[in-house]
Amino acid sequence: MTAILDRQLLFVTGKGGVGKTTTAAALADLAAREGRRVLVCEMDAKGAIAAAFDLPRLQFEPTEVRPGLHAMAMNTEDSLREYLRVMARVPVVGRIGPLAHMFDFVADAAPGVKEILAIGKLCYEVRERHYDLVVVDAEASGHIVAQIDAPRAIRELVQVGPVRDQTEWMLRILADPARTGLVVVTTPEEMPVTETIELVAKVQATTEVDVAGVFVNRMLPEWFEGRDLEVFEGLRGPQAQALLAAALGPKVGVVFDAAALAQSRSGVANGFVERLRDELPKEVPLHVLPELFTKASGRRVVSLVADELQGALG
Amino acid sequence: MARTPNHSLADLLAAKEMVVVCGSGGTGKTTVAAALGAQAAVNLGGRVLVLTVDPARRLATALGLGSFGNDVVRVPPEAFADAGVECRGELWVAMLDTKAGWDELIRRHAPDAALRDQVLANPLYRNITGRFVNSHDYIAMERLHDLHSSGDYDLVIIDTPPSRNALDLLDAPGRMKEFFGSRLLKWLTVPYRSRLFTMASKPFYQVADRVLGSRFLQDIAEFFILFQTMEAGFVARAAQVERLLTDDRTTFVVVSTLEAAPAREARFLAEELRRRRMPLGAIVLNRTLPAAVRQSAVAKASTALRDVAADTAQVRELAKASGAKPAEVKRVLGEVADRFRDVTVVAGREAERRAELSTAAPVTAVVPTMATDVHDLGTLLELGRHLSGNGSR
Repeated sequence: MTAILDRQLLFVTGKGGVGKTTTAAALADLAAREGRRVLVCEMDAKGAIAAAFDLPRLQFEPTEVRPGLHAMAMNTEDSLREYLRVMARVPVVGRIGPLAHMFDFVADAAPGVKEILAIGKLCYEVRERHYDLVVVDAEASGHIVAQIDAPRAIRELVQVGPVRDQTEWMLRILADPARTGLVVVTTPEEMPVTETIELVAKVQATTEVDVAGVFVNRMLPEWFEGRDLEVFEGLRGPQAQALLAAALGPKVGVVFDAAALAQSRSGVANGFVERLRDELPKEVPLHVLPELFTKASGRRVVSLVADELQGALG
Repeated sequence: MARTPNHSLADLLAAKEMVVVCGSGGTGKTTVAAALGAQAAVNLGGRVLVLTVDPARRLATALGLGSFGNDVVRVPPEAFADAGVECRGELWVAMLDTKAGWDELIRRHAPDAALRDQVLANPLYRNITGRFVNSHDYIAMERLHDLHSSGDYDLVIIDTPPSRNALDLLDAPGRMKEFFGSRLLKWLTVPYRSRLFTMASKPFYQVADRVLGSRFLQDIAEFFILFQTMEAGFVARAAQVERLLTDDRTTFVVVSTLEAAPAREARFLAEELRRRRMPLGAIVLNRTLPAAVRQSAVAKASTALRDVAADTAQVRELAKASGAKPAEVKRVLGEVADRFRDVTVVAGREAERRAELSTAAPVTAVVPTMATDVHDLGTLLELGRHLSGNGSR
């Protein structure tokens, strides 16, 4: 199987709040560090990838974030313009704002129209080999299948016409596990884990895109294992606590309560990682990334997560 | 700070008839909505309904919810008794089913049976119900309106769908109204009705034809023509639903954790609610560390643990008291002190966000991280107690 970063197109998805954007940015960052030419793309213009790199905002035209690492934001107007110029050979001069707006509107009713422009742009970058790797901060897990499956949906919905013809080469790229992969990010909590298991099954059953890996993000460290846990419980007993309180004051109890809470949460988290190991198909690689105890944000966090990714991917 | 009449979430639940629970994904919105409902049913009595979107399976099972359907079911009174609580009122729960919600709308607004069946059978219709004009958001608001105006409930609490954009929810009824009135819709449908291209729509058709193909475009137009027959009903209805969002009887509760991204989203949402004159009642800060962690005496005690670990006599005494070997005690004490530094980093991060969010709403409810997940009525009620400000320790 092709290693994650040796593919050419990675869609990164996950339930809201699990760290999807940071993971996408970190994958791109790591790939660039290793000498690849990388494009990272934000799909919804909410500025999450821009924020991850401490940039005010991104444009359709890629910005170089660091040597080898470029970032862009998708939008209907520019992707339509490019599509018309490159694929339909219709040169468009001047503003096509109203026209793009109309496409947005039609896209509300016709599933896949907007997606195909976006996916088309991404596949085009891959086909032309402008970059070694394109990382997409894709839709959240609830919408990702509609996004990556757009070319197939269009092919089924539209019997004839230019759009249908365009889907063929896109599908060849999307269905090739050596080139394209889906990365699912989750946290070790019930809802994200359940959604991840269901999503992987759905992607495998209904699309041709290969699941390149599942990342469990923000894993809590296990404070005490085996014998140490017994010792810790002993130290939480009334006698030991009385001795500690006599030596350090009554507030020492708060320290032990916090430790017990963290220990319990980490036990719950471990259970969810086990569940992923049990229920995900064996061929899907599972990687665990630790919770970062840092006050940093933005660029610094991306860099720290990239370090962890490097370790996890070996 | 100026005080509003509602000092706590409990007051808010007592005073309002509709509670819209919103916030970014992964903050525990669904659980908070369910806990508010359970709390209201227990303490205030009356008939309380929680309309939920996508509960974790164990929670859904605990509440007696199946996975699909628009049915409203009652949480059995015995479940409260089993959790050791007397419930004065009734707790009802329902799931939001977007597809069923849309079908219901079409049935209601279609001018006749033939048109109704035509829409329901249209392949584009079947494709769009999941996505059209922020479909989930609109249907959620629509059902809130329905359930409230049924007169069957004293309080309706609605958990909101995970949106790509939090504003989609607030703007969904307005967008639905605009959709029918828009020039775009007319442009798109007119040529196929009159078979004449107007000058205005010509460039669009030329390009759209090149990209989409005329056959596909025609399918889309046909669907919109069908849809336009329901304009009057949809627009009137959307206006009613929109008014609900600024109604005195409605309140919004924004749920956030104290992490950077959800907190940013919560502040943004609070600001946008104010701009739209939609009443923000409370912010819930979910899964926070216990406040005591930040006390300086606690920090002192945690660093002093290292001194204890270095003191042979004290270690020996602790070993005796805990039934462990001195070397083990030394190691574990060191570990507790080390790891507590991690906790302090998180607590510091949280304190900052907390300060930023504390003035955003009239009521701020702080809920500590619980040792286990919330998945049954017992833990749900415990969460409810924290929300209304008398959490158990």
